[in-house]
Amino acid sequence: MSISRRGFLGAAAGLSALALAGRSALETQPREPEPGGGTPAAGTRWALVIDPRKCLEAGDCTKCVDVCHTVHNVPAIAEPAHSVKWIWKEPFERTFPSLQTDYPPDDLRDKPVMVLCNHCDNPPCVRVCPTQATWRRDDGIVMMDWHRCIGCRYCMAACPYGSRSFNWKDPRPSLVQTTPDFPTRSKGVVEKCTLCEERLAKGQPLACVAACPAKALVFGNLADPASEVRSLLRSRFTIRRKPELGTRPAIYYIV
Amino acid sequence: MRDRAVIIVALACFLVVLSTPVWYARAAGVTAKAPELKRPATEKACVMPVAYMRASHMDLLMTWRDDVVRRNARTWVSPDGKTFTKSLTGTCLRCHANKAEFCDRCHAYSNVTPYCWDCHVDPALIQRSGP
Ligand code: SF4
Ligand code: SF4
Repeated sequence: MSISRRGFLGAAAGLSALALAGRSALETQPREPEPGGGTPAAGTRWALVIDPRKCLEAGDCTKCVDVCHTVHNVPAIAEPAHSVKWIWKEPFERTFPSLQTDYPPDDLRDKPVMVLCNHCDNPPCVRVCPTQATWRRDDGIVMMDWHRCIGCRYCMAACPYGSRSFNWKDPRPSLVQTTPDFPTRSKGVVEKCTLCEERLAKGQPLACVAACPAKALVFGNLADPASEVRSLLRSRFTIRRKPELGTRPAIYYIV
Repeated sequence: MRDRAVIIVALACFLVVLSTPVWYARAAGVTAKAPELKRPATEKACVMPVAYMRASHMDLLMTWRDDVVRRNARTWVSPDGKTFTKSLTGTCLRCHANKAEFCDRCHAYSNVTPYCWDCHVDPALIQRSGP
């Protein structure tokens, strides 16, 4: 059988038309309606105001860390290269390397400060994540979907605060205690603080905030001018970590 | 006709080899019968009709997963109007408290290994092994 040039072109055109029709048919398939499709609370911007001095008054207290890491099944791995942390203490100078003075307050100099994910308004971790396993919710929480994380660690490279940890090995054997209501993670997944979004959904306070005996952590809604966080921001002098980077953290520190 | 004996013997051997899987399964005690599942003692109705759950519980769980994690939508209304919290450990495993004799038994029978349990915790296992 022989085929003419004209015949071949005709057939090819017909086939491509068919392929295109098939594709558009796929694209216009109606999506199933989402059951119970939730609307994020409008006019909410969750934030924390941390008072390091109140924390220092409590001495060597690690209650917020202990509670957070227990309820979220964060493994306790001593080896620094493998350690996983959601909230921890960092020396003042390391927390605020771009402080505009060489003479920070004497009572804070070299002292530990509680640090955690800043839930940035302009989060570089979200911008680089290739799978949208990390994204910013409308209420400001920089959320993670561990089902989607492929462990590429772009976010860890992008975060200027070291807020993220990678599971180099199965975290389960390193759990001090397992909370069944919360998943563990698996090897090859990045994790960080999610601002207790699972507790907020139930109307419960943040685990760290509730655990702090010194009330050094105050949680609230920045979008509400009458909130406790806004009143603290009005009455006290606060700073954020590395403001020059433009990430716009939602964690404020009273200095 | 001299080959008749050879042919019959070869044919018999062939039939034996052909039916090996049957004999092997018999000997190993493999059966096509569906596994005995431990159903919840208290609850009679699931979050969806049984036929749907049997065939499509994995689709429902995927929907729940995305609703909870990505859309912060945590309440499920079943066709008979009851409300549930979308939660694998909190809702599914509260009724199906015996994961080993419900989930695992059927998954083993169908030879599937869902990786849900790499992260999600079976509360019964924690209670048994202690903190
Ligand atoms: S602190 Fe780091 S991990 Fe948290 S939102 Fe900002 S960039 Fe992302
Ligand atoms: S490690 Fe996970 S969360 Fe981080 S950028 Fe890669 S896929 Fe996204």
